[in-house]
Amino acid sequence: MVSFVEVFPYVVVAWVLAVGLYGIVTSRHLVHSIVCLIVVQSSTYVLLLGVGYKRGAAAPYFNDITQRHTPVVDPVVQALALTDVVVEAAVTALLLAFAIQAHKRFGTLDPQDLVQLKG
Amino acid sequence: MTPGQRRWIFLAAVAGLAAFYLWGLAGLPGFGNYPGPYGNIIARVAVSQTNATGVVSAVNFEYRGFDTVGEEFILFIAATGVATVLRHLRGERDRTALDEARDRQVPGTSEAIRTAALLFTGPTVLLGWWLASHAQTNPSGGFQGGVVLATAFMLIYLAGEFLVFERVSPVDITDAVEAVGAGGFAAVGVAAVGYGLAYLTNFLPRGVYPGAVFSAGTIPLISFFVGLEVAAAFILIVSELLEQTLVIRQGG
Repeated sequence: MVSFVEVFPYVVVAWVLAVGLYGIVTSRHLVHSIVCLIVVQSSTYVLLLGVGYKRGAAAPYFNDITQRHTPVVDPVVQALALTDVVVEAAVTALLLAFAIQAHKRFGTLDPQDLVQLKG
Repeated sequence: MTPGQRRWIFLAAVAGLAAFYLWGLAGLPGFGNYPGPYGNIIARVAVSQTNATGVVSAVNFEYRGFDTVGEEFILFIAATGVATVLRHLRGERDRTALDEARDRQVPGTSEAIRTAALLFTGPTVLLGWWLASHAQTNPSGGFQGGVVLATAFMLIYLAGEFLVFERVSPVDITDAVEAVGAGGFAAVGVAAVGYGLAYLTNFLPRGVYPGAVFSAGTIPLISFFVGLEVAAAFILIVSELLEQTLVIRQGG
């Protein structure tokens, strides 16, 4: 029987992902959808760090670890999480720029109205 | 499509996604039993190979340094993209600032905000450089340090006016810094090729003490260039966006 603590990180991932997706689907404002996309992407950080966790392991920093063979949590997924953050920042910046241009051209940021304008 | 229909399609799709997610979870080895071989190997050899005690930085700037070049250029291209999307379009003119709600009383920046922001600017710059220059030993590096450095400029914006912000971070200089940051990383890689080594090989001396400021060879150098690039990219993106809010308010 798996304990609650063992599945909890994955429950958090699923919840954050679902909340973000729900926000995007029901969004009435493009900036709100962009923020929801950030929420969706945040679930991947939790997933990466959760997957790389090892029971009883230290952080992968050997400044004060004298034993070189002390188990540490996986440094590779942590590095990937960093990449994830950078990509998110880049995507957010570009999407916000597009939202500004959409508002300038159509005078609205409601996806419902933007669909009706057809380009 | 009505919002109601959309919600039903979403619920059906989420049910499918949840099924796949649970299926995938069932195949995982369980929380806390990460089996990946790469992490274990790198954690064992990183300190003796690179003399960096921060293994995450060693992974980012050495073992998968080539990926990080791409990662840095993603941000570089994003800043370029924002500047391109928000360029002056035909028929757009800068007009004097007019509020959309003309009769609104916009309060000036309060002394409290001004003082607090200026008070934090110095320590923020220090923290940013410290983070960017200690990648080899701390959970930090150019990406984190660069963002903190950019925050210092946001504080100046908060404390004063947009014009002051533009004066302390002129676009030309910020552009040049960003180019130096992005190009510097690539140049470190090419320099290794000049020594007859593979691209981005760590060719500098690794120092005596693991984790010292001058240790780990090219890791702190690359981190420094990344710090420059990230700080400049964020300042550029934010100033582009700020400039737009001014234009839009002027349009009212």
